[in-house]
Amino acid sequence: MPDAVPLIAARGISKQFAAIEVLRDVDLDLFPGEIHALLGENGAGKSTFAKILAGVHRPSRGTLALAGEPIELASPHAAQRRGITLIHQEPISFPDLSVAENLVLGRGDGSLLGRVPWAEMTREARRLMDLLGVRIDVTLPMRGLSIADQQMVEIARALASDSRLIIMDEPTAPLTPKEVETLFTIARRLRDEGRTIIFISHRLEEVRALCDRVTIFRDGARIETAPIEALSDADIIRLMIGRPLKEYMHKEKATIGAVALAVENLSLPGYFSDISFEVRAGEIVGLGGLVGAGRTDVARAIFGIAPAESGRVLVEGRPVTIAEPSDAIALGLAFVPEDRAVAGIFRSLSVEQNISAAVPAKIAPGGVIRRSVERALAMDAVKRLRIRLASLRQPIGELSGGNQQKAILARWLLTDPKVLILDEPTRGIDIGVKAEFYDMIGELAASGRAILLISSELPELLALCDRILVMAEGRLTADIPRAEASQEVVMSAAVPRVREAAAA
Amino acid sequence: MTTIRSILGRREAGIFVMIVLFAIAVGIAKPQFLTLNSLRIVLLLVPLILIGAMGQMLVILARHVDLSIGSVLGFSAMVTGMMFRYHPEIWWPLGFLLSVGIGAGLGLLNGVLVTVFRLPAIIVTLGTLNLYRGLTYIVSDARQIDRQYVPSALKAMSQTSPIFGIPWIIFISFAVVFATWWFLMHTRLGRQIYALGSNPVAAPLRGIDVTGVTLLVFTISGALSGLAGILYASRWGFVNPSNTGAGFEFQVIAAVVIGGVSINGGVGTVLGTFFGVILLGCVAAALPLLGIAGTTQNAIYGAVIIVALLIDRTVRRQGVKSLARARA
Repeated sequence: MPDAVPLIAARGISKQFAAIEVLRDVDLDLFPGEIHALLGENGAGKSTFAKILAGVHRPSRGTLALAGEPIELASPHAAQRRGITLIHQEPISFPDLSVAENLVLGRGDGSLLGRVPWAEMTREARRLMDLLGVRIDVTLPMRGLSIADQQMVEIARALASDSRLIIMDEPTAPLTPKEVETLFTIARRLRDEGRTIIFISHRLEEVRALCDRVTIFRDGARIETAPIEALSDADIIRLMIGRPLKEYMHKEKATIGAVALAVENLSLPGYFSDISFEVRAGEIVGLGGLVGAGRTDVARAIFGIAPAESGRVLVEGRPVTIAEPSDAIALGLAFVPEDRAVAGIFRSLSVEQNISAAVPAKIAPGGVIRRSVERALAMDAVKRLRIRLASLRQPIGELSGGNQQKAILARWLLTDPKVLILDEPTRGIDIGVKAEFYDMIGELAASGRAILLISSELPELLALCDRILVMAEGRLTADIPRAEASQEVVMSAAVPRVREAAAA
Repeated sequence: MTTIRSILGRREAGIFVMIVLFAIAVGIAKPQFLTLNSLRIVLLLVPLILIGAMGQMLVILARHVDLSIGSVLGFSAMVTGMMFRYHPEIWWPLGFLLSVGIGAGLGLLNGVLVTVFRLPAIIVTLGTLNLYRGLTYIVSDARQIDRQYVPSALKAMSQTSPIFGIPWIIFISFAVVFATWWFLMHTRLGRQIYALGSNPVAAPLRGIDVTGVTLLVFTISGALSGLAGILYASRWGFVNPSNTGAGFEFQVIAAVVIGGVSINGGVGTVLGTFFGVILLGCVAAALPLLGIAGTTQNAIYGAVIIVALLIDRTVRRQGVKSLARARA
């Protein structure tokens, strides 16, 4: 293959968002007639790279060449017109328009007031569907189609514009095994026609079944490109995660007490099923797995945001009913959500108002807010958690991410929770504040609270947790004691392919 | 049963059934309602609303709303009327050009505020609803354009007929309906309006000029309100700074929504909107016949909207359920 002219030649591609470099000097050649997998942990840069190829993002540095000719892609539309199509996991379409219209929209031939050739359009759409061998009524609105069918429409769209590069970003995640097989058959046929396909997936089994070559990303850099046969699963996992453990993360000794929170056979169809575990007082239990494995959904179910359909939750040994978050708070649970901008802070309110929001009864006995009490509580929290700010009256939105996160933690600590659920508490905060956070989590456990820590950062889980639970595709796949935990063990449980091999 | 449901599931059919049921109900109480003459009354009541509804429909399809149309109508009609008053020698059909042009300009201003300054359309047009009305008072010195100033040829358009005794004004409104249908169904630009309202995030990714399309729908809405303005002068023979066009936006938006255009954009047909306007017209025509005082009309209009939406939602839920069963 390397003797051919690459369809895409990427040289020194880098991308910064704000001050953060998410992609660093990536060189990669993609050849006609290959299916090329991009692998990496969440945030490793593979999706960013794919989006640069598809014109969604523009590189901060570096050049792209298409069949030897340098190109700049100003928009996805421009990329599409050059024969590059990105197929999103959740297809971006126009739900109210018919399948046929979705196929041709944006092809841009003819004037804006030119006549829409309905009959021809429908014929062409049927032809493309037949080509793919799928049976979809092209006159129906997109809205009613299954995700698998919507993906097929997207693929048909790539064919309609005669795309030479088709990028599939985790296309199989929402599909049933049978639908995956159909997708693969089509992908292979497209490859044999000489098209190039980029396939992004977390499922090694699928990568092995489908792909010719694989490129592994880590921390924004390309680590390895090789034919798939040249790498074992263990090699791939090692290349994906191989970053050194940070020594300063250190779990303090805490006395582990009685079970504070237990869940039994918790299920919510479509999100997770049959989840059982317990967390004891003084214990830090990690919940690992890939993004989309259902970890956050379990936390949200426990806290009553989107309750489970079946199963039990027990707090300190007593079965409880948590239908909404206020029930959870009354039982002594606290939940620091993942996306603080959406679910955590009241952006335009002051720091003190944000901190005191969890304890209305304390600051406003009889319904009237006593500012002095509010102030004292907030001041105490700011000192204890070392929150850096200009003034308690400052809108919380002006603080840095890490300090916002601390303020939210402070809010929940005011409720004196017995069980604290932290969802990706250190995402997007800088390394110094992270270290403080780890200390704080340790202190909280030492003071006898039970902590459930959801995190995608393996080193964080390994350093802090007494036990690590791992979820994959909505199921609990491992419960690993601290002594046995390593990056390989956790990743193996998180990546579906390896899990099945281990079970066999 | 399934076929009945799937027909009822189509919005246009549902609203047509509502029109028929309403006509029968009124006809039982007052048999004279079911005559050709009432059809004439209904048709004469609706041309302005029909024209306004076509423009409003485009705006709502693109996931915006235009509340200012009543004042656009009033201002366009007022300036045109003043031209007739001060320059009676001018060839009267130029009034159409002036009124439509002014309306288009005011609509374009709405569009610019929405696109360039990224303000929500509901607030922008709430503002210009008052702004344009205020300007109408200022330019007119709060004086009405009286009957004698409106050219008689213009007034005649609401009475004389080219064919079948149907006045010009009704033909004009039907021509606008047809043109809108053609534009939406058969031009790429028309389909882009649906696409934009259906998924504003995806639209630019497919090369749709979002700013251009948004400016266009507001400009058309303004231009058609301007057309409704001069036809107001034709139909009623005067232009009043406070009454002309007042409440127009309510009737028009009501008709569009009753006609099945989704306030969330992307969904709706010209036929549905047409039926929505006709249903409102039937209600308006029936009220005096039933001896219901003009003072209660507004309450009845409001109730009709809510009842129509409730019926529609119930019918459509059934339709969706049966569709789901058919697929399963």
